[in-house]
Formats: sequence, structure tokens, C-alpha cells
Amino acid sequence: MSSPSELGIMFRLIRRNPVSMLGLIIVVTFVIVGLIAPYILTRPEEAWGIAYNVKDRFLPPSPQHPFGTDEYGRDMFNRVLLGTRFSLMIAVGVVGLALLIGIPVGLIAGYVGGKVGTALMRVTDMFLAFPPLLLAIALAATLGRGLTNTIVALAISWWPWYARLIFVQVNSIKSLPYVDAARVMGLGSLTIMFKHILPNALTPITVQAALDMGSAILEAAGLSFLGVGVPPPTPEWGLLVSMGWQSINRAWWISFFPGLAIVITVLGFNLLADAVREAMDPRLRKALIMKGV
Amino acid sequence: MAMLEVKNLRKHFPIRSGILGRVVGWVKAVDGVDISIEENTVVALVGESGSGKTTTARCILKLHEPTSGKILFMGEDITKLKGKRLKKYRRNVQAVFQNPFLSLNPRMKVEDIVAEPLKTHTNMSKKEIIETVKDLLTKVGLPKDVLRRYPYDLSGGQAQRVAIARAIALKPKLVVLDEPTSALDVSVQAQILNLLADLKEEMKLSYLLITHDLSVVRYISDYVYVMYLGKIVEAAPTEELFTNPQHPYTQALLSAVPEPDPRLRKLKKRIILPGEPPSAINVPPGCRLHPRCPYVEERCKRGEPELIDVGGGHLVRCWRVSS
Repeated sequence: MSSPSELGIMFRLIRRNPVSMLGLIIVVTFVIVGLIAPYILTRPEEAWGIAYNVKDRFLPPSPQHPFGTDEYGRDMFNRVLLGTRFSLMIAVGVVGLALLIGIPVGLIAGYVGGKVGTALMRVTDMFLAFPPLLLAIALAATLGRGLTNTIVALAISWWPWYARLIFVQVNSIKSLPYVDAARVMGLGSLTIMFKHILPNALTPITVQAALDMGSAILEAAGLSFLGVGVPPPTPEWGLLVSMGWQSINRAWWISFFPGLAIVITVLGFNLLADAVREAMDPRLRKALIMKGV
Repeated sequence: MAMLEVKNLRKHFPIRSGILGRVVGWVKAVDGVDISIEENTVVALVGESGSGKTTTARCILKLHEPTSGKILFMGEDITKLKGKRLKKYRRNVQAVFQNPFLSLNPRMKVEDIVAEPLKTHTNMSKKEIIETVKDLLTKVGLPKDVLRRYPYDLSGGQAQRVAIARAIALKPKLVVLDEPTSALDVSVQAQILNLLADLKEEMKLSYLLITHDLSVVRYISDYVYVMYLGKIVEAAPTEELFTNPQHPYTQALLSAVPEPDPRLRKLKKRIILPGEPPSAINVPPGCRLHPRCPYVEERCKRGEPELIDVGGGHLVRCWRVSS
């Protein structure tokens, strides 16, 4: 008999809980649509914002335009669909980049400790001293508008949280007997860090990262809304909301559908993060094994 | 010459305070300890919590850098070892810790845990490693179906057997057993002790057994060191120590062992030392036990007695014995 893998347990847990299942379905749909969106557009020029159709301005939702049309007569359904791709890139890009900086900093600071550790964590504290959205706005404004710059600005304001989280984890794990056992076995510091400490330090950060995917989309939308994020005519969701805002009284649908897309996606990530947290709780997992789930 | 010799080992931990981390004092966890371990013998190191027995073991395992003193393994001082020679020492000296669920990486399967020392120290092929792992599991009395399980999926006894299999994988000369049975159920303790005793004979191992459980000591060890506040206060062959304890601290420690026979229970005198052991930050002057000793005299407060050989490998650190 072999123990079930972590992913296997996670999937079983998700399957048993309809709410988690909903989260998983939303996220999987989001990822798939994000990947294939450019290839399934019915009006690609309008979606990318290169074509105008002035005579079809401000059309309300109809079978022909399920999400209506905007002030230039572009089909909002196609715009929102393509926006999925940008939101996916932002979610993955921001969280990925922040993890790429935060994990090594926290890991080294926690494992090496001493003066190096203190120095690294003080730098981290400097970043934490700013409210994250404010720092992101300042950075985005300095770097200029653009998808890459938005991702970089958000990642720079986020990595310290991951560094902190990993640092605390590593600090408590490095004095556990299995790390002593690894040292007694004669393993090198790198092997101990990456094989014995890091995998065990990742639990809380996995949950945090899943949650943050949603927040990244939300904050990038915020930046675009404020005019320091992705430039028009990119159909980024936040930008779409902001563009429709001026005409919200006569054409509610322009802001409404991209807004709905943001809400649903963020909700999906939150539900999924909750399921991940449950699956990674060792006590809960043990209880499930006892029950023979 | 003994296989392992610890000479005048000291380990003092600094106490830091304030934002600048100024050293305001020292915890003298181990304060001049001598131990020697022969080949294929079991040496026990006993004492209460805070006596420094685990710190001593961690220095031998090179998990702590000693403040001063020497640790000779096969004649070579290992306190400053680095690189290849340290790796060679690691191969010869392994450890089993108290709680197997904490000493096994929860994210590794049993087969990977037991294979890790083999992968680190040998050039075995994958196939050879798997065969060796299977042999090791059989040796420690585990069924083959644990191979693909995670530690949390095992019982405490099974998990400790996995830890033992990992420790003996490289055929070490010395295994440090740090409270190897105190986290286990009583019925399982006996099985693990029997396994350890069998493995010792079969593989010609030596053990350094760190424990506060005196019944375990009597069952398995050949020679016993008793530690109090960072120093050895008495050392003797096991039977000699249990039948003829000389130091007041050892006497008190032995009188705390529960007597299973109710008829004998009445004959047994319980010696209770008053108070708590002092902290290793403020070690009492003179004999370390004097504030709690029932036989305290004036000279005990002034000078610390030496470890005196009273014959037959029996050493005692007490003024009453030296006179």
C-alpha cells in the first residue's frame, strides 16, 4: 500500500466539497480561456481594439452582442474574452515574479541567519513600510504604462510579504530534528535547504499565492483604472471598467461585464485557496486517511 | 585506545540582550566532560533535563561547535573537521532521535528517506540502492509495503524503525541514540530496545544512549555516565552503578525508579533532593550539588571535587568519597 500523494488528496477533498469544486471549475475555465482566447475570437480586430464600428456604438446586450458594445462600437464579449489572457498573464506574472524574489531572500535569510539574515530582512522591512498599493502606483507611474511594467510594479510591492512568510517558516523548520538528521547524514547546505527545508516551508505560501492570484488581477485592474497600468486600447479588465465608467449612466454593460469577470475570477481563486489550505493541513489529511477517503 | 574519546568538552551558549545583542552571560550547558566509548559497547549518558546530555551528544554529532575540548574519533580530533574528512566521519557516526515523526521529513516517502544516506555516500546504482533499502527494512522488521508510504501514515514504532534503518544504512561504527524510546508506547519501547540490542550484536555497533529512563539504561547499556549541571558526577559499569551508587545525586536518581514488586516497595528508601536544579547560568560554587545535597559539608561549598577512581572503572565526583 502506498500513501496517496498530496495532489491526489487535494483533488479528493475538492471533489467532496461543492464550493471548492466551484472554485476549481472557475480557475480552470479562466486558465483555459486565457490560453485559447486569441484563437476563438469572432471579431479579433474589435477585441484588440484596432477596428472601430461607430454606427454600432452603445448597443445594449443582445444575442448578437451578448455583452453589448462600447463607445467605439466594439463587441464587449470579444473584448472581455481577450481580457482573460491579460489577466492570466498578470496573475501568473506578478505572483511568479514575487515568489522568484521573495522565496530565495526569505530562504537565505532564514537558513544562514546572523548578519546576512538581518541585513536581508531589514531591506524587506523597508519595502513593507509602504502600503503595497501606494508603492505599486508610484512604481507604475515611474516605470510608465505597459503590461510588463504593471507586472514588475506589482511584483516589487509584493515580494516582501513572501520573503517574510518564508523567513518565519524556515526559521522554525531549520531547528527540527529532520534537519539535524540531514546534517548528521552529511548532506550539503544547498541540499538541506532545497530538499528538506523549502518543501516543508511552502505550505502557507502556496495558499497565499493562490489567494494573491486573485488580488493581483484586482490590483492590476486598479492601476489600469487609475490610468497608470496597461494603456488603451488593450482590453485589460480593469481598463475596460474604467473606460465604461464615463458612460455608466447610458450604457451600464460596458463596465458591468468586465467587472463581473473580475469578481468571478477573484472569487474562484479565493475558493480554491481555501481548498488548498484544507488539503495541506496535516491533521485534516490524517483524519481523511483514517476514514479511508 | 577507545574508539571515541571526549576530552574536557565545554559548550557555553552566549545570552544576548538588547538591540545590539551584547553578551550579558553564558549558559554553561556542558562544562568539562570526559567520555570514552569502546567498540561494540553501549554507553549511557543519563541526567535530568538541562543536565547537558543532549548538548554533549550534539557536539559529538557536530551539530554544535564546542567552546573548548577535544573529541577524538579513532585518534583524530573531529571538532575542526571540514569537507571530505568530515563526510567520512559522518559516515561512521549516525543518530536516532527522540520523536520519529519529527526526525523524518514529512514530505519524503520511506524508500527515499532510507535511500538518502546511500545516495549521499556511495556510488550505488538505483537498483542496488532499492535492494539495499529493502534489506535494511527487513533488518529492522518492517514489511515491504511501507516503502511507498509517508511517515504520517506509519505508527510511532514503525516510524522509529525507519529512522533506525536510515541510521544503520551506511554501517556506521557509532550510533547516538537520543531518547530513542521516550516518545513511544511502553509496549513498543521494548520491541525497539530489542531491535537495537540485536543490531548492535549483528553489526558490531556502539551506541551512545542519551536518556533519563533508567530502566532502559539497565536493560541495554554496558557503562553509564551520570551528568548533573554540565558535569559528569559518576560513571561506572551498569551493574556496579545500579547496585553500588556512590554519589548522592545518583542515589537520588536511582531511588526514583519505580519498584514493580509491592513487597520490595516498602524496603526501598526514596531519596528526594530538595529544590529544583539550579540554572546553568548561575552554577553554584564548589560542588554543583551542594545546595540540594542531604550530606552537605563545609568543604562542599568551597571547592569542586575531582572525579575519583574508586576501583573497577567506577568514578565518583564527591568529597565524601575522596576522603
